[in-house]
Amino acid sequence: MTDAQADGRPEGRPANSILTPTRRMKRRKAAEKRFKLYGMIAVTVGILALVFLLTSILGRGLSAFEQTMVEIPVELPAETLDPEGNRDPAEMQRVTTFSYAPLVADALADVIAAEAIEIEGLEPSDLGGFISQEAAAQLRNFVLANPEAVGTTLEAELLAGGRIDGYMKGRVTMETAALDSNVSVEQLRLADALEEAGYLKTSFNWDFITAPDASDQRPEAAGLGVAILGSFYMMIVVLVLALPIGVAASIYLEEFAPKNRLTDIIEVNISNLAAVPSIVFGILGLAIFINFMGLPQSAPIVGGLVLTLMTLPTIIIATRAALKAVPPSIRDAALGVGASKMQSVFHHVLPLAMPGILTGTIIGLAQALGETAPLLLIGMVAFVREYPDAPPEGFFDPASALPVQVYNWTQRADPAFVERASGAIIVLLVFLVLMNTVAVILRRRLERRW
Amino acid sequence: MPLLWLVLTVLALAAAGFFVARQRALASAGGEARKLHSLPSYYGFNAVILTIAPAMALIAIWAMAEPTLIEWRVSGAIPESVAADPGARSLIMADVRRIAEGLNTAVEQGALTAEQARDIGGNIAEVRAQLAELGILLGSDVQPEVLEAAQSYRALGTTGNTALTVLALLLAIGGFAIAVMKSDSDFRARNSVERGVLTILVAAASIAILTTVGIVLSMVFETWSFFGMYSWTEFFFGLEWAPQFHGGSELGLLPLLWGTLYISFIALLFSVPVGLFAAIYLAEYAGRKTRAIAKPMIEILAGIPTIVYGLFALITVGPLLRDYFAEPLGFGTSASSVMTAGLVMGIMLIPFVSSLSDDIIGAVPQSLRDGSLGVGATKSETIKKVVLPAALPGIVGAVLLAASRAIGETMIVVLGAGASAQLDLNPFEAMTTVTVKIVGQLTGDTDFSSAETLVAFALGFTLFVITLGLNVLALYIVRRYREQYE
Amino acid sequence: MKDERLTERSVDMKDIKIAARGVQVYYGDTHAIKDVDVEIQDKTVTAFIGPSGCGKSTFLRCLNRMNDTIDSARVEGDIRLDGEDIYDPRVDPVQLRARVGMVFQKPNPFPKSIYDNVAYGPKIHGMARNKADLDDIVERALRRAALWDEAKDRLQAPGTGLSGGQQQRLCIARAVATEPEVLLMDEPCSALDPIATDQVENLIHELRQNYSVVIVTHSMQQAARVSQKTAFFHLGHLVEYGETGQIFTNPRDTRTESYITGRIG
Repeated sequence: MTDAQADGRPEGRPANSILTPTRRMKRRKAAEKRFKLYGMIAVTVGILALVFLLTSILGRGLSAFEQTMVEIPVELPAETLDPEGNRDPAEMQRVTTFSYAPLVADALADVIAAEAIEIEGLEPSDLGGFISQEAAAQLRNFVLANPEAVGTTLEAELLAGGRIDGYMKGRVTMETAALDSNVSVEQLRLADALEEAGYLKTSFNWDFITAPDASDQRPEAAGLGVAILGSFYMMIVVLVLALPIGVAASIYLEEFAPKNRLTDIIEVNISNLAAVPSIVFGILGLAIFINFMGLPQSAPIVGGLVLTLMTLPTIIIATRAALKAVPPSIRDAALGVGASKMQSVFHHVLPLAMPGILTGTIIGLAQALGETAPLLLIGMVAFVREYPDAPPEGFFDPASALPVQVYNWTQRADPAFVERASGAIIVLLVFLVLMNTVAVILRRRLERRW
Repeated sequence: MPLLWLVLTVLALAAAGFFVARQRALASAGGEARKLHSLPSYYGFNAVILTIAPAMALIAIWAMAEPTLIEWRVSGAIPESVAADPGARSLIMADVRRIAEGLNTAVEQGALTAEQARDIGGNIAEVRAQLAELGILLGSDVQPEVLEAAQSYRALGTTGNTALTVLALLLAIGGFAIAVMKSDSDFRARNSVERGVLTILVAAASIAILTTVGIVLSMVFETWSFFGMYSWTEFFFGLEWAPQFHGGSELGLLPLLWGTLYISFIALLFSVPVGLFAAIYLAEYAGRKTRAIAKPMIEILAGIPTIVYGLFALITVGPLLRDYFAEPLGFGTSASSVMTAGLVMGIMLIPFVSSLSDDIIGAVPQSLRDGSLGVGATKSETIKKVVLPAALPGIVGAVLLAASRAIGETMIVVLGAGASAQLDLNPFEAMTTVTVKIVGQLTGDTDFSSAETLVAFALGFTLFVITLGLNVLALYIVRRYREQYE
Repeated sequence: MKDERLTERSVDMKDIKIAARGVQVYYGDTHAIKDVDVEIQDKTVTAFIGPSGCGKSTFLRCLNRMNDTIDSARVEGDIRLDGEDIYDPRVDPVQLRARVGMVFQKPNPFPKSIYDNVAYGPKIHGMARNKADLDDIVERALRRAALWDEAKDRLQAPGTGLSGGQQQRLCIARAVATEPEVLLMDEPCSALDPIATDQVENLIHELRQNYSVVIVTHSMQQAARVSQKTAFFHLGHLVEYGETGQIFTNPRDTRTESYITGRIG
């Protein structure tokens, strides 16, 4: 039908049927397929990385939410705990944890004797390390709170030692214990025997979420209480400062700012601030807030201020986008009925932009919650066991923060802290997921299309 | 807290001003709001602004300036014989502050009366004992000059506090009075309030500039004094990093910079192809369902805090690379390595690169794609030969932004790269970066008069300048690119 | 029966290049093209006219399967190029588009040099054996698009630096460089000034010597000037198809008449 050649068509490409692919076409199709495959591989790599990361953290961290406890009767002899005999907590405070520790070891020995557990090579010193050193302190706190318990026998629920806990969770094995100077194979056998006799049980570890940090020697007692509180205080500071300042700055830049050099400089500034490395903000906090203004180290107020400055660009960018999305017709309508520019913005534009602003703010807060590096420089790495007071004084008390606590635990020698750190990350991620979910719901619920 | 009470008083005054001014304005119009220039509440808000703003500004400035001023005066009064050099002077000032604060606490808790605290100067041993009882321990023996300085520190503080209270209250009352007197039917209260609000808005916007100024100032002075102690040529061109506690440190930037750049390079080598191809696939090939699942999943990576990546590098990727690559291949036995940090940082950057690329590829007009498809190009030919070349400037900008991110990243390298500063090519060797050393030199006990601490500021300043340069360049390129297709 | 009608209409009996029968196009739920039959002759300029939104561009984009790039578009019916069904599953749209070229409403030169713009198609289709060959092809295409004299001295200059009319001629050169048999033009002059429009219209006249040209246009005057056959679309229907002279002077359908006299559209 075609008379291609007769038209003086070049011979380069004969006009053949479109139903049969040419050889060149097949090659090009293969190249197309390869290219598509690269894309699929890239997406798969991204998703696999996410899955791998999450499973690695969850796999190591979930066990932090469980804790092995030793349930044994502990005698509380009056002669050691209350030498004065008057049950006055002030007097009993003089008895240190050193006097309580033997009570715990004795209690364990009694149980072993009562159950007739015999383990070859079990040294008396093994009994002391079986139960956490924290147990003595727990016992002491209990006695000071309940002085009338002195002289009785308490059915105590005591923290097992970190390695025993690890053994129950499968982290520590007989083989590793043989190489480990902190735990003996005999202690693990004892754990097996006690578990069989029903003295060992695993329960949900509320202390992990509420208790303060513990020292290097007792990972089993370390908790996130102070860190969560510190992070919470910082988020309050960020919210109270960054939201109003960010919204005010955005309103000015988007609605009132004249187009001039100064405005340009501010704009460039904001986009640059969004990309300044976070650690630089830490240096700023250290030099300005601590060294120059004399605010205390490790305080949530300083952390909050630093995070506020870091979060501002995020909030400003989100708010400006939200303000920009409000159609000009709304402004015109308000101005048309005689409202001032300020009234049109505050009465009409701002409320309409609110969902976008809130979403941006929550995302900014989530970013701030996970930020670590600047907090290291302003002293939040310090070992803090005291809960900060209630605000506003509490803002000036030393505290830790969730991500910094993770860092802190990774720097400790005992491998049990890896479990704690991973567990802390899970807590952090749960907060982040919650915040992002709220942001998504807000956006879905309140989003308006023009 | 007297300051808190002062603030509360001002606020209460402002609240009263709101009602009084509003009432007065209404009264001047015979109770008819229509006759007023502005809505009645504007008269009230005018009074609120005039009462609060000047007083609060004074309190804020005072709070920032007072400690520095007092410090300066007290420190100036300490005789040379006691404090020979600036280092000793700053130590003594720390003692002065502790004693002064200790005495204040003592008075607050009722352990001392105000008079006793003031006259305590005579008996120094007694001071130590009494402060010790309150849990404030003094390191060295208290010299009489120091005690004297502490007393003058306290006195200045008290005087300052009184002055502040009086001045702030005067300002508040003055503002209150002016606002109330002005409130009549002709007064343009709305315009006045709006001017005030606009001032607040401008102030908020200028915080962005203040932050940048603060960043620069916070580093410039300390960097300057660092270069007073350590030669800048040795810092910038030194090949060795070996801080010593007792002087004689080698503080060369190059090993740190090398580690930083090496790790960033590996991170980009991984994340740019993966991110770019993922963006291309999701934008041009993937079906709606795949996109709806895969895109958010990749974006989740962007929302994960860097400490999580750091832990991932430390406990999973590092040992994995060591056990399956470095050791069998004989590259080394270190779990922290350039490769570990680089790979994990690469994962972190995937969503960053892919979402930027997505924006940029999306900005290439459809008409160009149509033109290419219209002459019979396949999709991949269109992407490779038309879309990507057209998007190239934007992609370069995105890569620069990613590089700036990588260079400034801290937690991943702190946990994944190691701490040994060396110039090495082996990617399975532990190396260190600028950010790691900033953290290292500024955490723990720091002495702000030693070169080993101050070098962190020089490092920070270098980092800031490098990333700022990259950002400005990248933003400029991206903006130019956007304008081209708008 | 259709064949009878065709004989009635055709004056000079030329080969049928593209034959469409019962074509339906849907965009999601919208029925954009309703049961269109049309036969496009070789070496003829065929104009599609009609009010905006009538489906003329949509139909044009079916002819080289450019609608494939829109996810929600669905095409039914039968379209044959030289008797071969272009929607046959064996057909690669890429190979089809090499034979059915397209020029778009807005000039869309690639951000490359003039030379590279024209050489793009021949390169991907492997039409040149060497550089000299490619130079030849580029020169021929630019000459055919009446751009050679203006562009020969600046072949390496970016194509985006040309004026609007030159850009559109560059796009035509780009389209003819792959030696298509059919050239689809989607309102090629709508973004051009009158002088550039005149140049492009003259060019279309020239192109008719070698190609079957299908042009969608908004302007009835343009259709009358450049085309031999005209099809009038309205609300997705092909209302009338015939000799351009007959359509403009003696329309059979009242809708066509209303449109031509300016009562609708």
